[in-house]
Amino acid sequence: MRVRLVDIAHARSGDKGDTANVGVIALKPDWYPLLARELTRERVSQHFRDVITGDVERFELPNLKALNFLLHGALDGGGTLSLKTDAQGKVFSTALLRMTLDVPDSEARKLGLPGAA
Amino acid sequence: MSKTPEVIRVAGAQGFWGDSLDAPKRQVEGGPVDYLMFDYLAEVTMSILQKQKERDPSMGYARDFIGAVESVLPAVAERGVKIVANAGGVNPTACAQAVRVVLAKHRAGDRVRIGVVSGDDLLPRLDELLAAGHELRNMETKESLTSVRDRVLSANAYLGSKPIDDALRKGAQIVITGRSTDTALTMAPLRFTFGWADDDWDRLAAGIIAGHIIECGAQCSGGNCLYDWRSIPNLADVGYPIVEGRADGSFIVTKHPGTGGIVSIHSVTEQLVYEMGDPRSYITPDVIADFTSIQLADDGPNRVRVYGIRGKPTTDSLKVSVAYRSGFKAVGTLVYAWPDALEKARLADRVLRERLDRLGLRFDRILTEFVGANATHGPLAPPVPRDIPEVQLRVGVRSDNRAMVERFTREIAPLVLNGPPSVTGFAGGRPKVEEIVAYWPALIDKRVIRPNVEIV
Repeated sequence: MRVRLVDIAHARSGDKGDTANVGVIALKPDWYPLLARELTRERVSQHFRDVITGDVERFELPNLKALNFLLHGALDGGGTLSLKTDAQGKVFSTALLRMTLDVPDSEARKLGLPGAA
Repeated sequence: MSKTPEVIRVAGAQGFWGDSLDAPKRQVEGGPVDYLMFDYLAEVTMSILQKQKERDPSMGYARDFIGAVESVLPAVAERGVKIVANAGGVNPTACAQAVRVVLAKHRAGDRVRIGVVSGDDLLPRLDELLAAGHELRNMETKESLTSVRDRVLSANAYLGSKPIDDALRKGAQIVITGRSTDTALTMAPLRFTFGWADDDWDRLAAGIIAGHIIECGAQCSGGNCLYDWRSIPNLADVGYPIVEGRADGSFIVTKHPGTGGIVSIHSVTEQLVYEMGDPRSYITPDVIADFTSIQLADDGPNRVRVYGIRGKPTTDSLKVSVAYRSGFKAVGTLVYAWPDALEKARLADRVLRERLDRLGLRFDRILTEFVGANATHGPLAPPVPRDIPEVQLRVGVRSDNRAMVERFTREIAPLVLNGPPSVTGFAGGRPKVEEIVAYWPALIDKRVIRPNVEIV
């Protein structure tokens, strides 16, 4: 089944120059391994392909049930140079939460994911 | 010397310059605290303060701090609550003098010692440093600072916890710094209280992480918290965070009883990942903290226990933040109403751009956003329904040529009468031209920075 990331994770973002960081955190600890497996650097790069000009870096924090993504070239120059409403990437996190994940039905049921019968 | 306490309470009082004015008072009145921590300095703040100092040599510090000190003065003078603040900006001495005036007014001048930490300001030494081969290359572009030297407004090294620790050892009850790392403001009281050594990497790292959690005020205690946000109670009276630190480096994050907001594993985790880079290597002047070692546990309502933190020896460099003039920008907005709000806004954008073109205006950058349709998610946003009630057209331009940006600001208002219909929202008047102060991150050899601690 298709699962919306926003239904299984929460997130916060910030900036460093022209790079936005997005920390994605599993809503339940049991859901972290699914996030770690499915939310790959490649998939996140693909998601943001028309939004950012640089690379994506990915870091795992199993202790916090979280992943950290650095999205380079995300903020139109960043800081004071940027002309964007979200010049400091404060809500970039929500754009990442628009992603969806394909999860086998049996696994979705076992994990009790929202929408799993 | 008095006995080392079991627990020391460091309270986040303000998380940025402009934060809630009554938060410091609520922190000292809501329950026991030992230290108030004020973090005022965002990257661009130093340049604003530098401009103020150029106009008036007695300025250049966070003036909110003076009122904040006055608001908590009974607790400072009578209960011995201490204050650590990077309120000094580019003029910590003037900040200390202003605090002195407030203390004298309340007849507390002879009881309260002020420690001033300086030595972070590199502006007076900049040419000497460049001449000595310290290139201050941009950490991102690798360019040498000489390429923008003539446009530099401020240059400051980030100092760590040691000079603050030093000021506390010398008996300061209020410590005022210039550019210190945000996290050092919390870590210093902890290391001072428990006597942590320079190479006690794990505990120093724990203090840094405590600082990271509370440096943005209520952003760790329910503010801006996405997790189950509807159920976060009473944000109007949100409790600012308190760290209860222990000698072993473990600590509790909490807030005063009866206040709004929430301190939970979720709220703390959201703040931990805020502005995070490589989590294994959070570099500070004192220690490199490893965020992958952090353990969190529930310790009752609105109490989160943080433990298990590891750190390792830090680098030989300090980070330097340089601010320099980098052209001009302006942003103009207009609101278009139903029916077909987005279509009208798009036409207005095309008309505007064609007029700018005819005027021969060329910008380094021009950006159009349709607020309500795509401003925050860009092409990731789904198509908006045709019947949305309104869309805001938001156009920004950037150029080294001030006159061109000025001319742009004159082209927005005419659209109200000579562009597409159903337009409003021009009450604010012509867009303001802003000089851009850009930020240049660099590194410098630690040995050339000489922190200075003075008790006044």
